[in-house]
Amino acid sequence: MASEEMEQLVRREYKQGFVTDIESDTVPPGLDESVIAFISQKKEEPQWMLEWRLEAYRRWLDMTPPSWAHLDYPPIDYQAISYYSAPKKPEDRPQSLDEVDPKLLETYEKLGIPLHERAALAGVAVDAVFDSVSVTTTFKEKLHEAGVIFCSISEAIREYPELVRQYLGTVVPQSDNFFAALNSAVFTDGSFVYVPEGVTCPMELSTYFRINAANTGQFERTLIICDKQAQVSYLEGCTAPQRDENQLHAAVVELVALEDAYIKYSTVQNWYPGDEDGKGGIYNFVTKRGDCRGDRSRISWTQVETGSAITWKYPSCVLRGKESIGEFYSVAVTNGRQQADTGTKMIHIGENTRSTIISKGIAAGRSDQAYRGLVKIGSRAKGARNYTQCDSLLIGDQCGAHTFPYQEIGNSTATVEHEATTSKIADDQLFYCRARGIDEEDAVSMIVNGFCKDVFQELPMEFAVEAEALLNVTLEGSVG
Amino acid sequence: MLEVKDLHVTVEDKAILKGLNLTVNAGEVHAIMGPNGAGKSTLSAVIAGKDGYEVTQGTILFEGQDVLEMEIEERARAGLLLGFQYPIEIPGVKNIYLLKAALNAARAARGEGEIPAPEFMKLVREKSAQMKMDTSFLQRAVNEGFSGGEKKRNEILQMLVLQPKLAMLDEIDSGLDIDAMKVVAEGVNSLRSADRAILMVTHYQRLLNHIEPDRVHVLVDGRIAKSGDKDLALELEARGYDWVLEESVA
Ligand SMILES: Nc1ncnc2c1ncn2[C@@H]1O[C@H](COP(=O)(O)OP(=O)(O)O)[C@@H](O)[C@H]1O
Ligand SMILES: [Mg+2]
Repeated sequence: MASEEMEQLVRREYKQGFVTDIESDTVPPGLDESVIAFISQKKEEPQWMLEWRLEAYRRWLDMTPPSWAHLDYPPIDYQAISYYSAPKKPEDRPQSLDEVDPKLLETYEKLGIPLHERAALAGVAVDAVFDSVSVTTTFKEKLHEAGVIFCSISEAIREYPELVRQYLGTVVPQSDNFFAALNSAVFTDGSFVYVPEGVTCPMELSTYFRINAANTGQFERTLIICDKQAQVSYLEGCTAPQRDENQLHAAVVELVALEDAYIKYSTVQNWYPGDEDGKGGIYNFVTKRGDCRGDRSRISWTQVETGSAITWKYPSCVLRGKESIGEFYSVAVTNGRQQADTGTKMIHIGENTRSTIISKGIAAGRSDQAYRGLVKIGSRAKGARNYTQCDSLLIGDQCGAHTFPYQEIGNSTATVEHEATTSKIADDQLFYCRARGIDEEDAVSMIVNGFCKDVFQELPMEFAVEAEALLNVTLEGSVG
Repeated sequence: MLEVKDLHVTVEDKAILKGLNLTVNAGEVHAIMGPNGAGKSTLSAVIAGKDGYEVTQGTILFEGQDVLEMEIEERARAGLLLGFQYPIEIPGVKNIYLLKAALNAARAARGEGEIPAPEFMKLVREKSAQMKMDTSFLQRAVNEGFSGGEKKRNEILQMLVLQPKLAMLDEIDSGLDIDAMKVVAEGVNSLRSADRAILMVTHYQRLLNHIEPDRVHVLVDGRIAKSGDKDLALELEARGYDWVLEESVA
């Protein structure tokens, strides 16, 4: 029955002159219902999933891209994008590191990325690049013993349909925003995590383990559920600059924390920002939201963002449960011609909910960035508290940083504190360090790292070290 | 060691130093005195290489090298170190981290390797004790939340660790109570040696009771108007600066 419907869809599209070859590994550019049906079928999804996607698609058709962000980019032609392509065949990829842009390799070197991983990151066709199979196996066994589910979202849709169906789209509804709707219609990759009641996940979960499994998807979808009293720390991304032929990225991340659960989500992202003029960079439009559904639950976002030509991203927390806690720690660095519009939203619904926002923005070169923070206190959120600290550091005088704090306070017992500073990388700080014999670049990196310290200390140890190295590489050449 | 000849400096087109001459030899302690706004800080800042000062004429030689051709950090590594009148706060950067980076930069310039951690810790602990600074200061952010006196002691701590050839101290006594002044003075005195020189900028004689100078210079109207021994400082204390200017014009 399901397949009949699908066939009908496909045929309907065919009449309009659009041919979709179900055996093929890619679809031609363009988006319509047949393409969505194709994706769903490729992923061997149940009927409800297809319907869910189609519903999102139909809503998306009526939506327009947000125009209020402080960004400037040419309109994206959504019909020029191919929405499904299987990972490149080995023969189409670079055959060795010799064929890879030396500049990229230089960066890997500076970041201290082990040799055997560089090839994988650069997309070189090597099998068993590193011993991922055995690593993944031991890792999976350990998780299995603890009862933790960690797999790709596609696998989860097939293997744990009840869980996915119960939670998917409950944090970020299909029609939440333009990019979320698009993602809901066409997502092809992403992670799924379920930590059962009372379990503390025995290890940090990292997308690292998937590096060579698949190219990071263009429309990633991540769903993490922490049941009562469960805890998990999830690491997304990697410090290595990642290139991708897909210029547009629109991910959705949904987190659900039930009673007394704690989810810590850390991101270090370094998308290719494009050349000096911003050409070829990634447009990164992400919807990340955590739902503190249970009482005393806690969700913490920590992110270090350095890449992309354009970033549009506001990890948020909906504090529904009583005494639940939302946290947002962010470092955003822009250089060259990058543009970033980031921030967070803390929606206080439950009583005595608390949120903390620490945002550090560093702009260098001719880059431009905006912080946009919304703190909303609902009428029932008695005793809610928020603390926001938002600091910007400018390096040079051709860059910009803008802060847009929004507050909607619907309960008079709430306490909301906001502090914001913008400073130029102080000439006197630089002079002080240099007058001690420290060279200018080291001095800049020292001052900038110091500026970011409140956030770095929230990162898992290993990530913090990488983040520091990343910052230095990103800001290289930004002075003098 | 330091030879300043006919130095002319302007700040935003305003002439501040107008033909200043100064020679400091190894083993000597010099004090530069003068009224507020005379250009004392300008002199030490120009020697250290601070931006915003234009040298329109004259030369500065340090151990025979043309200082004006050197980058700020090269000057410091060569052993020319400025103690700040208003030490700068650097949030998030540990004091001990700055010290180590500075020391290793100087060592690298001399072709030496990085100092081994245990040796560094021993050195820093010893010098902190000498400055009567609790080791907790080492773990705090550079100068952040330090009191005026603590900042000044921290400047001297850096000197003790970095062991410059020429230490320039700008108003190192300002904002110090008498006990802190003694600690700072003892720190500076411990730097005195036959192969090192100290240049102190101050407009109070008080400091010179604790750190006895070999030479005292009076900077008025952009020039060294008068030089003498430590008694000159006492005379200035008693009579003020005006007579020096009158004498020099006459
Ligand atoms: N950055 C600056 N911009 C403008 N004027 C300055 C600057 N630095 C110093 N000056 C001026 O130069 C003169 C000398 O200042 P300074 O060297 O600080 O004197 P002192 O240390 O002897 O009190 C003063 O008139 C002061 O106002
Ligand atoms: Mg002064």
